[in-house]
Amino acid sequence: MNNVVYIRYELLRALRNRRFFFFSLGFPLLFYFAIASPNRHVTNFDRSGISLPLYYMVGLTSFGTMVAMISTGTRIAAERQVGWTRQLRITPLTTRAYFRAKVLTAYMMSGLTIVLLALAGTSLGVRLPAGHWIAMVALILIALLPFAALGIMLGHLINVDSIGPFTGGGASLLAFLGGAWFPLGHHGFLHDLAQLLPSYWLVQAAHTGLTGHGWPARGWIVIAVWATVLTAGALWAFRRDTKRV
Amino acid sequence: MIAREAVSWLRTAASSGYAGPVASEELSASAGIRLEGLSKSFRSPEGAVLAVRDIDVSIERGETVALLGPNGAGKSTTIDMLLGLLPPDSGGVSLFGRSPRQAVDAGLIGAMLQTGALIQYLSVRELLTMMAAIYPAPLGVDEVLERTGLGAIAARRTQKLSGGETQRVRFALAIVSDPDLLVLDEPTVAMDVESRHEFWNSMRAFAARGKTVVFATHYLEEADQNADRVVLMAHGRIVADGPPTEIKARVGSRTIRATLPEADLGELAGLEGVASADRHGEGVLLVCSDSDQAIRALLERFPTARDIEIAGAGLEDAFLALTADPDADAPDAALAP
Repeated sequence: MNNVVYIRYELLRALRNRRFFFFSLGFPLLFYFAIASPNRHVTNFDRSGISLPLYYMVGLTSFGTMVAMISTGTRIAAERQVGWTRQLRITPLTTRAYFRAKVLTAYMMSGLTIVLLALAGTSLGVRLPAGHWIAMVALILIALLPFAALGIMLGHLINVDSIGPFTGGGASLLAFLGGAWFPLGHHGFLHDLAQLLPSYWLVQAAHTGLTGHGWPARGWIVIAVWATVLTAGALWAFRRDTKRV
Repeated sequence: MIAREAVSWLRTAASSGYAGPVASEELSASAGIRLEGLSKSFRSPEGAVLAVRDIDVSIERGETVALLGPNGAGKSTTIDMLLGLLPPDSGGVSLFGRSPRQAVDAGLIGAMLQTGALIQYLSVRELLTMMAAIYPAPLGVDEVLERTGLGAIAARRTQKLSGGETQRVRFALAIVSDPDLLVLDEPTVAMDVESRHEFWNSMRAFAARGKTVVFATHYLEEADQNADRVVLMAHGRIVADGPPTEIKARVGSRTIRATLPEADLGELAGLEGVASADRHGEGVLLVCSDSDQAIRALLERFPTARDIEIAGAGLEDAFLALTADPDADAPDAALAP
């Protein structure tokens, strides 16, 4: 058994899907230039003390990586549709190996999103200390764990016809509530609610690039709880998914 | 190592919900395929539908067995239970002395399910390489390409294949693990005549290596030409089980209808070329193994026969004739306490 070969072809498959590439990677990039390019000289965006190109670089990095993770679900739903998930059931591929391949593919897509947006930000004059870059990327990768599980879970629960709007709408809402589009303020109901969402801490992880400060304990707890709950949900959804679609 | 096996066994037993003692008894009992007392019902708006009703099938190593029946006979449900994709309501499955999950994990099973396309963005060769990597002792990818006649299109992307080519790749995926048991659920559905012919040649060549093959079909000819044994299913039950010639004689036939009020059914059934006879009012229905012989014999013996119709009995009709017992749609007696 050679899981490395299996994973290699899973990655290759994802890289060759051009439509997916455009939507998953091209969209945040296009968005970024559309918003930040005309406003590249705004140095104090919405009185946050942060330049607009920087604010939207981290905001769209959060959104783009989140979409990249959840879009695992779109790929799984398509595989389910053609009966591939059932075909895999009658192979010795373990649940662990299956999840590993899906999660790694999602992380590869997220990694590309991060690199592209960092380059785009740099081209618009964003400069950060190396330590901030490293802390930011590390925290983002951790904050994406719940979304990796969410993607797999949705893929095994929702059919291919409805998963597009579901993941697109869901990601946009989570990004909005997480403060990826504009600052949510520092108090009020929305702010309190947002702090319970993994997307909030994903955006905060991206903001590490601005401050160099990591999460408070609360952030680690929220991410850990969501990662655990959604992984359990993904396992449950995968195991029950043996029927003909 | 032992602990890990024990854990994996427990997990299998717990998740399947029916393994347990059956599996361990079977280990010593035999090495073939055993379906014992297998039943499955589905909920539908009209109430519970009994898809498979208490069937027993025993298949020895090296046999090629056709599951023959019309749509809705319970073939696919039986195959899903055999492969462990569907837990039975009652009864058990043992594959070479193991539970379906254990047999699958050991790489002993290759299957082509009824519905299924291929994942995209890989060439035929890449897809086979990817899947071969999952198994403990796969065949070489080149060997599989050659055996399935896919060499010429090995570099083609899966989304560019025709329906027949897709089926051949799915067959290649089913044998790439060099399985002991090959399960094919209506494998020739999307194929033209020539592809079918080539497909069955590949299948027979694979079976000839001492492999066990179970395939489902609703074509009598496929069952007749490619199986050592035919298990005939209708309404979730096994209605006949034997060599193809025997099954063919019972169902593959034409039927003769005639108005013949005075004839004795036993005598009609004894006519040359007649497999069975049935009476409907003044009419009789003869299921024939050879309708040419039968019509000559009928007219010679009963010259008064009139309103004669000879029809090629579709399998559906033949099955109806075979299973036309009055309680066919009533809950199965064996399921009731």
